[in-house]
Formats: sequence, C-alpha cells, structure tokens
Amino acid sequence: MQVSSPQDYLPIIIQFALALGFVVLSMIASHAIGPKRKAKIKDEQWECGIESVGDARAPISIKYFLVAILFVLFDVEVIFMYPWAVNFRYLGWIGFVEMVIFMGFLLTGYFYIIKKGVLNWE
Amino acid sequence: MADKLFYFLTFLALLSALMVVFSRNPIHSVLYLILTFFTLSGHYVLLNAQFIAAVNIIVYAGAIMVLFLFVVMFLNLRSETQEKTSILSKVASVTAAGLLMVVLVAALKDVNLGTVQATPDFDSQVGMVEQLGKVLFSKFLLPFELASVLFLAAMVGAVMLGRREPGEQNTF
Amino acid sequence: MESVLIFKAIFILVVFGITLLTATYSTLAERKVAGFLQDRLGPDRAGPYGLLQPLADAVKMFFKEEFIPSSANKWLFIAGPSLAMLTALMTSAVVPFGDSIIWDGQEFKLQGMEINIGILYVFGIVSLGVYGIMVGGWASNNKFSLLGAIRAASQNISYELAMGLSIIAIMMMTGSLDLNAVVKGQAGFHGMAWNVFYQPLACIIFIVCAFAECNRTPFDLPECETELVGGYHTEYSSMKLGLYLFSEYTNMFVSSAVISILFFGGYNFPGQDLLPFSHNVITIIGAAVFFGKILFFIFFFMWVRWTLPRFRYDQLMGLGWKSLLPLAIVNVMITGAVILLTGK
Repeated sequence: MQVSSPQDYLPIIIQFALALGFVVLSMIASHAIGPKRKAKIKDEQWECGIESVGDARAPISIKYFLVAILFVLFDVEVIFMYPWAVNFRYLGWIGFVEMVIFMGFLLTGYFYIIKKGVLNWE
Repeated sequence: MADKLFYFLTFLALLSALMVVFSRNPIHSVLYLILTFFTLSGHYVLLNAQFIAAVNIIVYAGAIMVLFLFVVMFLNLRSETQEKTSILSKVASVTAAGLLMVVLVAALKDVNLGTVQATPDFDSQVGMVEQLGKVLFSKFLLPFELASVLFLAAMVGAVMLGRREPGEQNTF
Repeated sequence: MESVLIFKAIFILVVFGITLLTATYSTLAERKVAGFLQDRLGPDRAGPYGLLQPLADAVKMFFKEEFIPSSANKWLFIAGPSLAMLTALMTSAVVPFGDSIIWDGQEFKLQGMEINIGILYVFGIVSLGVYGIMVGGWASNNKFSLLGAIRAASQNISYELAMGLSIIAIMMMTGSLDLNAVVKGQAGFHGMAWNVFYQPLACIIFIVCAFAECNRTPFDLPECETELVGGYHTEYSSMKLGLYLFSEYTNMFVSSAVISILFFGGYNFPGQDLLPFSHNVITIIGAAVFFGKILFFIFFFMWVRWTLPRFRYDQLMGLGWKSLLPLAIVNVMITGAVILLTGK
C-alpha cells in the first residue's frame, strides 16, 4: 500500500494562492475601473420598482430549518459509510449486517419523517 | 517546515477563534468559526489524520455551520433592537468567566504532557480511512450502532419541536 | 522531492489556466448551443464565429458600474461572490487528468494533489459551495435575493446527501477513496470497464445531483427569473456578478470532470492496452480523451438546460428527499449483497 504523509497536501497551498489571487485581482480591477455614482434613491435595493416595505431579513418557514437539521443527521450517516465502504470486502457479511442494523434505525427515523409530512411542501 | 506550519496554523486558529467572540455581527462570527475549523483541519493533516481532517470540513464546516448560518440569518439581528445589558449582568458574567478561567488554570497547570517516543512499531498510516474503518467496525462496534439510535432520537426530537400541528396558527 | 514539487506547481498553474479558459468559453458555447437548439445563429459579431465574445463580455463586466446597495452589508456583499469563486476553483487540484509521464527515470503523475481521500476532498469543497450564495443573498438585504439564497442552500444540502450516498457504491467496488485508484479500477476490458455499466443507477443519481449542485436547469430555482428576478444575485453588478456566473461555469467544468472520473473511465479509452505506443504517448492520448469527455458533459449540461423546463419547488425537494435518497440507499444495499454473493 502506498504510504501517505502530510507532504501530499502541499500543492493545496499553491492552488489556494492561485484561486485567491484570481479573485482578489478581479475584485480590485473591477473596483478600480468601473464608474461609481451615488444617489439616495439609486442606492436602494431593487424590488421591481415598487417601494420596498419592511426589512428583507424576516423570519422564514420552519421547514427550512428542519431540512437543515435533517441534513446534518443524514450527512453524518453518510460519513460513517465511507470507512465501511472502503473496507467492505475485508468486513464481509458481518460488516454488511452491522450496516443494515445502522441503516435500519435511520430508516425508521426517515419513515417517521415522511409519515409526519415534514418533507411535504405545499 | 512542519513546525513553522504548525505555529502559523496555531496563530491563525487562535486569531479566528478570538474573532468569533469579538465580532459584533453574528454572521461574521459564523464565518470566522468556519475559518477556525479549517485551521483545525490543517492541524489534523499535520498529524496525518487525513480522514478526520476531511470529515471535520464536511460535517462541521459544511453541515453544522450551514445550520448555524440559517438560524443566525433569520433571527432578526437589527442593532437597534439589541437589549442594553445592565451593569449587574456585566459584573456577573465577568465574575463567572473569571472563575471558569481560575478552575481551568488550576486543573491544567500540573498536567504532564509527556513526550511521545517514536517506537519501531509505530504505524504512520494509523489515521488513514482503511485502518480507521477496521477498528470502527470491530472494536468500536457498539458505540457505532448506538450512534444510529442517537440519530433516531435527534430526528424525532427535531420533528416534534419543529413541526406545526394541524390547526396551529401559521406565522409566515 | 524538489523536482516533483516544481512539477506540481507548473501542473497546477496549467490546470488552473485550462479551467478558467474552458469556463470562459463555456459562456460562448452555452449561447451557441442555445442558438443551435433553437435554430438560430447565436453570437457571431465579435471575431470569427463570435470567438472573441467571451473577451468582450469580460471587458464589459470590468467596465460596468460597481453597485452596492446602501442597506447592504458591504464586506459580506463582497465576500459572497469571492467565496463562490474560491470554492469553485479549489476542486480541480485532486482531479487526475492523466496517468503519469516518465521523464528522466522519474514518474510524474498528472494530478495536482495525490491524496488518498480525493473523493472526500471533492465532497468537502462541494459542501462549502452554499456559503457564497447564502452570504451574498443575505448581504444584499433584498427579499428576492434572500429567497433565492435560502432556496439555493436548501436545495444544495438536500442533493448533497443523495450525491454522497451514490458514491458509496463506487467506493465499495474500488475499495479506496483515491480518485486515481477509481480511474485505475476501470481499466479492464481494454479500458472499457467503466463504472456506468456496473452502476447505472448510481450514475443517474450522481448526474442529477450534480445538476442540482451547480444550480443548473432544471434545478435553477435559486435564480429563476420569472419568480425571483435574478435570485441571489439580483443586486449584483460588474465583476461581482461576473464571478457568480463564472463560478457556475467553473463548477460545471469540475462536475463534468468528476462525472467522467467516477463513471466514465476518466482517462481510460477503448483499446489503450492494444496500441503500440510508449507509456508517455498513451498518457497524452488518455489526457486528451479525458478532456473530450469533460467537453461532452459540459455540452450535456447545456443540452439539458435548453430542453427541460424547470421544476416546481415542492417537486424539487420531493425528488431529492423522497426519490433519490431512498434509491441511493437501496442501490448501496444491492451492490453490497451482489459483491458478497458473487465474491468479486
């Protein structure tokens, strides 16, 4: 098996420097070249020409938060599956049964969510 | 090289962690917290714990912080609505934080960190995903399965708290 | 070590240039493909066949007025598109563009960063993609932007799950998280043992999720003009808007590369072990074939955009959570059972 070490990650510094350089340069260039004209009404946010009412940052539907929470839970589950998938042949049937039990609990929760209609958007 | 990188990452980690606390805007705090997780992942890479480094990014920076950002963004954080904190609560919070620091210093000052000897049977690949999987699915099987029970409980709890019962008033 | 690092630096620079160039010309290709599919010409004024159009667009973007709404958070407003572009540009580091070049007795792999968790790296960067959109949309302090941003974030995180699960089946077959190992695993049958033949369901799920992650039609609800004006980038102008649009095309390039690697053999091509050429020549042909596959998938992205109508939001979330997620789990279980039963 090939030996991996922290040195393998050095190129990420080059990549990041290039990406950052590109973004910063284009931001500065567009800031320097483009014209800037300020006026009170012009600087308002654009909402189809109708005068905007109230603050945009109003509370939103709880469904979005629920989706985010469920995403965190399922994401951790997916992460648990990576070491399992890599060692799948080594673990054999025992590993398969272990994962089926793990998934069983999660799928119970999943069906509960579906039954409760959390994922119904109307 | 490695120790220079370590000190740089530590400096960045401490700086961004402090900025999390000192930022006035909570969105800035969240972004600094994400930066802190990145520096921690850098530390994991230096320790050759590559799987943990990636998982730290995916779970903490990519999932949990998205949830944080969702919540913080829609909490109505106008500066004029912020309550004035009274002198009493300021004194109380400073005292509590000071006491916590005293306890931490007292607990940690005698800790012997020790030094790790590089023994011949030390395996530098122990943090790789292959080794991790072998241990996780044999030695630590019970905690792994219990984690799924925990997920189930969290799922049910979130749904119970967040779901609107039929007939309850709809507020946007 | 020294020469390898220098090679890596040059290689990353070249790949970076190719990424930007392809993304630039994708903007022209998009309009040309749209023109072709709608039986018209598309842009043809700037240069021969309109080849200078992307350049003209870029110059226009730079010279446009830089507008920041008075009620916006200035720094977050700038941070939004910057984050979007940064995350889009980071992925190409782990993509294996070819096998290896043997020069002076030393082997140089055509891959920016040879790490054995390449797939997790891609997955991690993808999961960071929502920040650019969310921060930008929130900072604009515009109702349309905010709705677009929150939609985009919900959509991205929902499809990320099915995406992650569909890759698990590939990992079980390959037994590694290394992208290079995934490509090497598809070299059988004279370079035709592509994963798409073994994992058609995973392939479909992954491609659908890739469309959703790139916010491309039919999943472009975050920026659907009929409901939300411009979505999360309603308030953006000049190069800030340019970076948002550009990051979408860069994401398309990277997604196409990842799709080709995971399911369509990467740099493997039919008959590669039969050709009487040296290792280096095969590598170069392989890299060219890989690039061809990327271009095909970029075309596929555009083809779909001008063919399919947009989903409704409840359909979109329903597809992600109620169809793709259980399908991906079933696929993993079937793959596991088949591998264990056949003992391969």
